[in-house]
Amino acid sequence: MSSNAITIPGVQIDEKPWVDTLHEWVTTVDHKRLGVLYILYALLFLVIAGVEALIIRIQLMFPHNHFVSPGVFNRLFTMHGTTMVFFMGMPILFGFANYLVPLMIGARDMAFPRLNAFSFWLSALGGFLLYFSLVGANGLYGAGNAPDVGWWAYAPLTARAFSPGHSTDYWTLALLVSGFGSIGTAINIIATILCMRCPGMKLNRMPLLAWLNLVMAGMVLLAVSPLTAAQFMLLIDRYLGGHFFDTQAGGSAMLWMHFFWIFGHPEVYILIIPCFAFMSEIIPVFSRKPIFGYPVMVAATVCIGFVSMSVWAHHMFSVGMNSYANSFFTITTMAVGVPTGIKIFNWLGTMWGGRIQFKVPMLFCIGFLFQFLIAGLTGVMLGSAAFASQLTLSYFVVAHFHYTLVGGVVFGVFAAIYYWYPKITGRMLNETLGKLHFWLFLIGFHLTFDLMHIPGLLGMPRRIYTYEPGRGWDTLNLLISVGGFIQAIAVVIFVANLVISYFKGKTAGNDPWDAWTLEWSTSSPPPAYNFASIPVVASRRPLWDLKHPEDPDSQYE
Amino acid sequence: MQRKQNSITLSALFMLALLFLSLATVAAAATDPTNGTNIFAPASTPAKMVAHLSVFVLAITGIIFVVVFTLLVYSVIKFRGRAVDAGREPAQVYGSTQIELAWTIIPILIVIVLFLATARAIHAVQDAPEPAGAVEVTAIGHQYWWEFRYPKLGVVTANELHIPVSDPANPTPTFLTLLSADTDHSFWIPELAGKTDLIPNHPNRMWMDPLRTGIFLGQCAQYCGVQHAKMLLRVSVDSPADFAAWARGQQQPAVQDASVATGRRVFESNACMNCHAVAGTNANGRFGPDLTHLMTRATIASGAATNTPENLRLWIQDPNAIKPGSLMPAMKLSDSDLDAVVSYMETLR
Repeated sequence: MSSNAITIPGVQIDEKPWVDTLHEWVTTVDHKRLGVLYILYALLFLVIAGVEALIIRIQLMFPHNHFVSPGVFNRLFTMHGTTMVFFMGMPILFGFANYLVPLMIGARDMAFPRLNAFSFWLSALGGFLLYFSLVGANGLYGAGNAPDVGWWAYAPLTARAFSPGHSTDYWTLALLVSGFGSIGTAINIIATILCMRCPGMKLNRMPLLAWLNLVMAGMVLLAVSPLTAAQFMLLIDRYLGGHFFDTQAGGSAMLWMHFFWIFGHPEVYILIIPCFAFMSEIIPVFSRKPIFGYPVMVAATVCIGFVSMSVWAHHMFSVGMNSYANSFFTITTMAVGVPTGIKIFNWLGTMWGGRIQFKVPMLFCIGFLFQFLIAGLTGVMLGSAAFASQLTLSYFVVAHFHYTLVGGVVFGVFAAIYYWYPKITGRMLNETLGKLHFWLFLIGFHLTFDLMHIPGLLGMPRRIYTYEPGRGWDTLNLLISVGGFIQAIAVVIFVANLVISYFKGKTAGNDPWDAWTLEWSTSSPPPAYNFASIPVVASRRPLWDLKHPEDPDSQYE
Repeated sequence: MQRKQNSITLSALFMLALLFLSLATVAAAATDPTNGTNIFAPASTPAKMVAHLSVFVLAITGIIFVVVFTLLVYSVIKFRGRAVDAGREPAQVYGSTQIELAWTIIPILIVIVLFLATARAIHAVQDAPEPAGAVEVTAIGHQYWWEFRYPKLGVVTANELHIPVSDPANPTPTFLTLLSADTDHSFWIPELAGKTDLIPNHPNRMWMDPLRTGIFLGQCAQYCGVQHAKMLLRVSVDSPADFAAWARGQQQPAVQDASVATGRRVFESNACMNCHAVAGTNANGRFGPDLTHLMTRATIASGAATNTPENLRLWIQDPNAIKPGSLMPAMKLSDSDLDAVVSYMETLR
């Protein structure tokens, strides 16, 4: 297979000087290259923020531990949260959207390739600004002064009285700049999906991945805009004498909370919906069946998109809203559980009666299903305002959202990487290393995050750099930390697999998984123009129709 | 394939085992009276209402978990690909309206039930009327300590809240008004009530009616700055007689003891009195805790250390040794001044 691989211009890079190659990557407007840049950039930040998490876990292994100082600990959890959400989660999902959406809808690029490059470099600048705070926040003599206000940066802690120096400014600017990048990418994804589909690809024939990314991009527009506005208001407060959030001058701390969470909760769905998209593409292929209930999956996603815009104040069940507001946000939050449940049932329906192949991508999908089920149920508990008055701000919440973001998003991203790596690089990832990675990560994940619920139930608040012995938290925290290191070992194996397989992996061929969507009809990696001739589709699974002309999907749709 | 089936089953068992281990730990902790911060060991009406609702929500979600988990494990094992099927595709099924309706309507009904149960608990906790015998306390969050004021009793204290036990037949609940002097904080005594934040410019209310006497622990739950972790809370629930005696003691001005006049002079001629108050003297600063009856408290530095002469001495000389980042400055006193101030503090009963 390798000997007759198609020769394409990009393959010749070895013979060019490295400066030319670098120049090509920096100036590229190709959606695939930008997708890869997004993914590599996000993986870098995954490692950085992962190391921050490990230091946090070393500090919390024992009560009254002195591994890091309180100030350093607060900076670590602020940087860990901000990095993981804004510079790992969003970029890696945008990267996959960039790479896959045009290929899956039969287009040659995104609708606005230059805007695409601009958005990526803005996001990259955001991440750089955040970490530049390490040297720039207090001038060079104050090296090591990263933001320490928490990733949601509640007012008035961000006021100049409580956050002198520039660390909070770097945090604000990082989010402001990357927010513009996110909005640019969202506009691009929407325009691409609505305007660039190949002939025959009606909206109800789009792969679910395209549908879900359409909903995600719409949510980015609605959710990131208020966050960006709030960052401007914070800058006005800090430098132009504004009083939006300055409580000492009659400003409102509550206003910031509303602004932040009307971004912050949809953000969670912005992160998880693309992972739902991975599930909806990968589970059918490895179950050898079409997705169960395609129209219902689309409807449920759109429904999640709308309802999730009205749930933000469930992050504020302890701030003293009246009983009617608390009841309202209880019912809307629980209501999101219904379409989310429908999705889990539909994936189950897809597996039901299939012939499940336990390839590494599918293993991560199965892990995702189990974990997302639990994350959803603890979400229902947190949605109950009365129960949440005990659970919120405790380690139970930390366990819950890591269950969604690690058990959900990270497992989803791993599944996607194992599934599409052959398409992106032309080589298969090593299956044995992949399984080792999966099992180690699964064990580490459960050791850490299953147990992490309990200290919360036993009264341990989040964001504390140390804790009192004798409250039943000690052994649990030690085990949680051990689990964190097991996950870190698994990630090292994963990165090794990425590198080794890039050079030594089995050649993938166009369609290693015997899949059904358009990206598998072109070469691996695809040429710059994606398709020699624009495909024409007649159903949701064009490659199924091609492989099974006697029984095409187009007969049933 | 047999091996794969085994590994899937094993991982499922592993997860179940962890889950049971978790539940067992909570159950064990719930029966451990020394723990003191368990949300499933409630000792007052609002905490009990929340705990009862919690058990109900846990039961419903537990049933959903068992059902869906079983279905997932079953389908993963039952529908695994077998070597004999190689090359053959299973029946292509696209969906089923009846099934979709079923798994839409049933969750909606569950959500309605959970919502009604929650709304009932929210109303009962948040909208409870304040009875005539209620004790009023104003709690003010500071970086990184708690100020407690009893406006009806004329008492000001810090970090250790005293409230009376409440007899259900003749309730004397405590109603707190929650304020903040600087950043956001959150008042959380897990066994007495859910948490409520202290937010500047946004007064909040909460209440608790402890049903037994004893010491209840908690701490600030809303990140408030560098020493958020050592903003501990200690609530002493007293019998009505003990509470009355405690309040009478707190209403007295500070003990005047001529033998520690040197220490008092050091206190009043240094920056101490800018931040701390001692009733009956010229010291009336309000940035730090009121010290009038310091020796009636079991801890100093908002629970960061026990109230011993050695700790007091260390705290005054180098607060960062106990609580790095605390707003108390290091006083840099000479040894003799330090001894004198500590002796003075020890008379403040």
